[in-house]
Amino acid sequence: MQSIKKLETTANQIRQDIINMLVKAGSGHSAGPLGMADVFTALYMGGVAKLDPKKKNDPSRDRVVLSNAHICPVLYATLAHAGFIPHKQLKTLRKLGSPLQGHSNNHFNNGIETCGGPLGQGLSQAIGMALASRINRTTNDEPRKTQKNRNSKYEIRNSNYHTWCLMSDGEFDEGQTWEAVMLAGKYDLREVTAIIDRNNIQIDGNTEDVMPLENFSDKLKAFNWFVIDVDGHNIQEIIDAMKKAKAMAANPTAIICHTIPGKGVGFMENKFEWHGLPPNKDEAKSALQELRTLNGKITSEHQ
Amino acid sequence: MKLPNLNPYVLYKTVEKIPTRNGYGEALIELGETNPDVVVLTADLAESTRALKFGEAHPERFIECGVAEQNMMGIAAGLALSGKIPFVSSYAVFSPGRSWDQLRVSVCYTKANVKIAGAHTGVSVGPDGATHQALEDLAITRVLPDIIVCAPCDAEETRKCTLAAAKYNGPVYFRFAREKTPVITTKKTPFEFGKAYICREGYDVTLIACGPLLHEALLAAEELAKLHIEAEVINSHTIKPLDGKTIKTSLNKTACAVTVEEHQITGGLHGAVAEFCSQNIPVPIEAIGMQNTFGESGAPEELLDKYKMRSKDIIKSALKAIKRK
Repeated sequence: MQSIKKLETTANQIRQDIINMLVKAGSGHSAGPLGMADVFTALYMGGVAKLDPKKKNDPSRDRVVLSNAHICPVLYATLAHAGFIPHKQLKTLRKLGSPLQGHSNNHFNNGIETCGGPLGQGLSQAIGMALASRINRTTNDEPRKTQKNRNSKYEIRNSNYHTWCLMSDGEFDEGQTWEAVMLAGKYDLREVTAIIDRNNIQIDGNTEDVMPLENFSDKLKAFNWFVIDVDGHNIQEIIDAMKKAKAMAANPTAIICHTIPGKGVGFMENKFEWHGLPPNKDEAKSALQELRTLNGKITSEHQ
Repeated sequence: MKLPNLNPYVLYKTVEKIPTRNGYGEALIELGETNPDVVVLTADLAESTRALKFGEAHPERFIECGVAEQNMMGIAAGLALSGKIPFVSSYAVFSPGRSWDQLRVSVCYTKANVKIAGAHTGVSVGPDGATHQALEDLAITRVLPDIIVCAPCDAEETRKCTLAAAKYNGPVYFRFAREKTPVITTKKTPFEFGKAYICREGYDVTLIACGPLLHEALLAAEELAKLHIEAEVINSHTIKPLDGKTIKTSLNKTACAVTVEEHQITGGLHGAVAEFCSQNIPVPIEAIGMQNTFGESGAPEELLDKYKMRSKDIIKSALKAIKRK
């Protein structure tokens, strides 16, 4: 695992990549991806999740499901830093023929497990993956190759893994999300962890105005989930919470990451208006300037 | 007339009747024994969809989702993407009815190997009324890329369809009925997705049917023969991909057709056949099915009479199609 300082630098670079990708694409979402850069860095490079670009088809790899796939620029930038996709591919975001579709999908064997976009679908998918892992563990002694699956060629039935589902707070408006929450609670599905971006905004405004979620953690606890609240910009805290989640003996875990939408770019922070907008060229320039200055600060502390 | 490879008593009044869903239940039990990757899901309808016995035999591979069809479809996608072969069992009005978005994105777009079994289709669901009679399921599934859509004609064909679905790698939707319906096929009758089966040969009109109404089409053909009209009867159990080759070969002889389905006449079998023919062999095609209305409560037989899906209605349509040649 990299040092926390190094991970913070990576998260900052991911934010710069996000700005560059969005301005090049000319469309896409800004606030969510910037807000989740620290969480994605912790997930892919924090050493807890079993994610290795050299083993992206390993049946025992951990599964990552991005449910609120409109924040996929942060996934793509992270995949580039973690070695799953070439960094230069980032500039093809949302372009014709690019594997980096406007909402992430699983057609390119690049470490992306599934298709997301329509909110509320991801947790169910993640639960299916987690249940498969449990079925593997409870029904098989002998490893055996399954019927060839066109998505993962090397599926073997005794594989055992953890499933991480990245979600937004806004998608808890969806009924399906609660259906999934209820089922994971029923099955004491410790094989799944929901990592929730609690940034308090959605397209039409603040979540508490559009459709109140509070008391959010009590609601999840009532469904038999173990809930950990973390500062979504404190990489160490996120890593510690992930470790706890993976070590759970019974309940599914929800890590509620309190984040600042647009984090790192002052004029975007906490502004729901930036949910679905990309920066224009001037805005991108000033955003990059701000991120680079911060980058400078981090470096100067080392000097 | 002799109907090779079909139940020899198919045209008798005393023909044995079994609900098609029983074939699903039987096949699941068989798959439970032979294929350790098969997982069965249901949304509080285990007995009615005949998934229950699998659940009793293999509780570790049986997922009771409660009344939550959208979640069930998503879970099935996740299972399939992790190497399992999930069978999603519910009433077709709920799944794929309510879970269509999940079928579209979580299943079809991800190319997940999910099998969707839709029970209680057609007006013959009977007393439960319009809300529970699936008449649109073929249409809403058929528009999705990369899915097989099938309407087996009897319990035996449903059994074969279920086994074939487990073998095929990709999404499959298939439907069954609630009531007991005539046993048309035997263990020997061939079944293959995308391959229509000619039940009876003829040269005046082609009756293209799917599902249990195939029986009414066979009865109609027998009556038409008494009027010296020889009808060819095709069991087009797979609506997608449609077996255009078999249909075209038949229409080259007969030059007119009647489609027969317990479904809205838009978007289902009639839609598929009409689309194919408009591009390949434009001929008059009459349609037996729901004529853009909802069903209602009643005895299954009464409803089939009221909505004109009987052999006598098929005969009328056949005569009309022949006249339009």
